[in-house]
Amino acid sequence: MSAPLAAIRVARAFGPVVEGEAVVSAEGFSPRYDLDRWSGVITKPGHKLEGVSLVDKICFFPTAKGGIAAGWAFYDIRHKGIAPKALIFGVTNPVMVQGAVFANIAITEGWDRPPAEVVATGDWVRVDPSRKTIEILKRGDR
Amino acid sequence: MLSGARGEAARAALAYQVQVGEFWDAERFVPITNAHMMGDIEVMGDGGLGWLREACAKRAHCEVPITTNARCFDFDFVERLGQDAGEAEKERQVIRLLRDMNVVTTDTCINYQTVYQPHLGEHVAWGDTGTVIYANSVFGARSNFEGGPAAFAAALTGRTPDYGFHLDRHRKGNLVVRLEADCRDLADWGAVGKIVGERHQRYFAVPVFTAPRRAPIADELKHLGCALASYGSMAMFHMVGVTPEAPTLEAALGGNRPDDEIVVTDADLERVYAGYDLKDRSCNLVVFSGPQLSLLEMKRLAEAFAGRRVHAGTQVFVTTFSGVKSAAARLGYLQAIEQAGATVLEGVCFYILQNLSQMRLKNGWSNMISNSAKIVNIIGAHRFNTILRRTRDCVDIACEGKLR
Repeated sequence: MSAPLAAIRVARAFGPVVEGEAVVSAEGFSPRYDLDRWSGVITKPGHKLEGVSLVDKICFFPTAKGGIAAGWAFYDIRHKGIAPKALIFGVTNPVMVQGAVFANIAITEGWDRPPAEVVATGDWVRVDPSRKTIEILKRGDR
Repeated sequence: MLSGARGEAARAALAYQVQVGEFWDAERFVPITNAHMMGDIEVMGDGGLGWLREACAKRAHCEVPITTNARCFDFDFVERLGQDAGEAEKERQVIRLLRDMNVVTTDTCINYQTVYQPHLGEHVAWGDTGTVIYANSVFGARSNFEGGPAAFAAALTGRTPDYGFHLDRHRKGNLVVRLEADCRDLADWGAVGKIVGERHQRYFAVPVFTAPRRAPIADELKHLGCALASYGSMAMFHMVGVTPEAPTLEAALGGNRPDDEIVVTDADLERVYAGYDLKDRSCNLVVFSGPQLSLLEMKRLAEAFAGRRVHAGTQVFVTTFSGVKSAAARLGYLQAIEQAGATVLEGVCFYILQNLSQMRLKNGWSNMISNSAKIVNIIGAHRFNTILRRTRDCVDIACEGKLR
C-alpha cells in the first residue's frame, strides 16, 4: 500500500473502512430535498452538484440540510444498491448520523482543514472511521 | 436490555442507540415520555418495509406512546391522483405493521397542535423537524431531530441518548435576530425563517428573535419554526418575551456571545418575494401544505375562498390531519374550501405524495405556488419551480389564474 498523498483528520466518525471516488461539494446536502432516491443522482435544480451521481462515492459536504428523512432514506438507497460509500460532513445533524448508522454507511463530522485544499472530485480516497482519518490515495483525471 | 432480557427487538434498538450516542459523545440515556416517527413507504422504500416486517416478527412492542408523521397516501384519493395501487397497498402494510407494534398511526406533522403538547423540560424523541423545533422552542420540551428508526428505537426502549438539545448547554441562543419586519402573514414568518436559516445552516445554531412587533400566534410560530428547520437544519429558537426559555435576551443567550446579529426588515421580506423566478408564469398548482393546516388555518382559508371559484385549469391542494378535516367538515370550513374547487387531503403532506414527479408531468405543473416557505424549499428534488406568496395572494392567484 503506497503512502497517502494527503490526509484529513475528522472529529467524529462511525462505520466501516471504505475506499472510493471522491465527490467534493461546495453546497450542503439532504437526501430528501436534493437527491433522486431512485437513481442516486442529485436532481434539485440549481444544486451545485445537480446531475452528479453519488452512487458508491465518498461524498464531502460542508453542511447537512433539513432532514428527518435521512433516517430511512440511507437504508432505502443502500437496499436499492445506489448508496454512497461514505458521507463526510463539515457539520452534520443527528438524523444524518442516525440514518447512516442504521444503514451501516460510514459517516464523519468535522475536519482539520477544508477538504477542497487537498481533495478534488474524482480523487480516490480511503475513509477509516476508527482512526478518524481520511486519506487521499490517488489523483483523479483533472 | 442489551442482554436480550426484553427481547431481540429492544436489544437491537438499544445497541443502535448506543452507536448513535457514542458518535455524539453522549454519556448516558434520558427517559422519554413520547415519541413521534416518520414512517411512510415513499421514504422507507421496500428496504424499510422489510425491516419493519422483521421487527414485527421479533415482537417489537413500543413501551412509550409513539405517533406517526404525515404519509404519502390519502387512501380516498389514490385513483384520482393517479398514484400507484401497489405502493398504496404497501403503505397499508406499513400502517398495519406499525399498529401491531403499538404505534398510534395519527399521520400528522402537527402532532404538537393536535395530539400531544409536552411541558417545559420534558424529554421526547420527535421527528419531523417542524415538530422538534416547535417542541424545543415553544414548549421548552427537549428533543433532537429523531429520524424514523431512531424515534421508533426510543419508543421501544423508553429512552434516548443524552446529547444535543437534551443538554442545557446547546439550548442557549448563539445568534440574535432583530425582527423589525411587520410580519402579517404565515408566509412572512416563513420568509423570516428562510432568511435566517439560509444564513446559518447549522443544527446547533439557536437564533434569538428580539422585538417582534407583536407576539406571534401558534400557526405563525409553526411556519417560522418549519422554515428555520428546513432552510437552516435548526432545531431550536427563542423569542424574547414569547418562548419559555427567553424571558429576557440575556436569559436566552445564557452567557453566549452571539456569532451574528441580523436585522430583518420589511424590505428584506419584499426581497424574498421578489426573488422568485416566475419562469413561464404558469400558476396551475397552488398548495397549502407542509406543514398540515390547523383548524384555525382551515377556517381562515375557508373565509378566503368563500364564494370564489378556483380558476379553470388550476389545481389547489390543502393537506391536514384527519381530526382537523372531520372538525372542519362539522364546522362547514371544509365545504367552503371544496366548493371553491380545492382538494383537501388528510394524513399526507403534498411534497411526499407517492408518484409526485409523475403527477407533475401528467398535469403539466411547472411552477408551484405556496404560502409555506418550507414546502417551497423542500420539494426541489421533484423539479418544481417554487414560488412563495402570502396566503391571500395564493388564494387570488388560484382564483384569478394570474401569477404576480
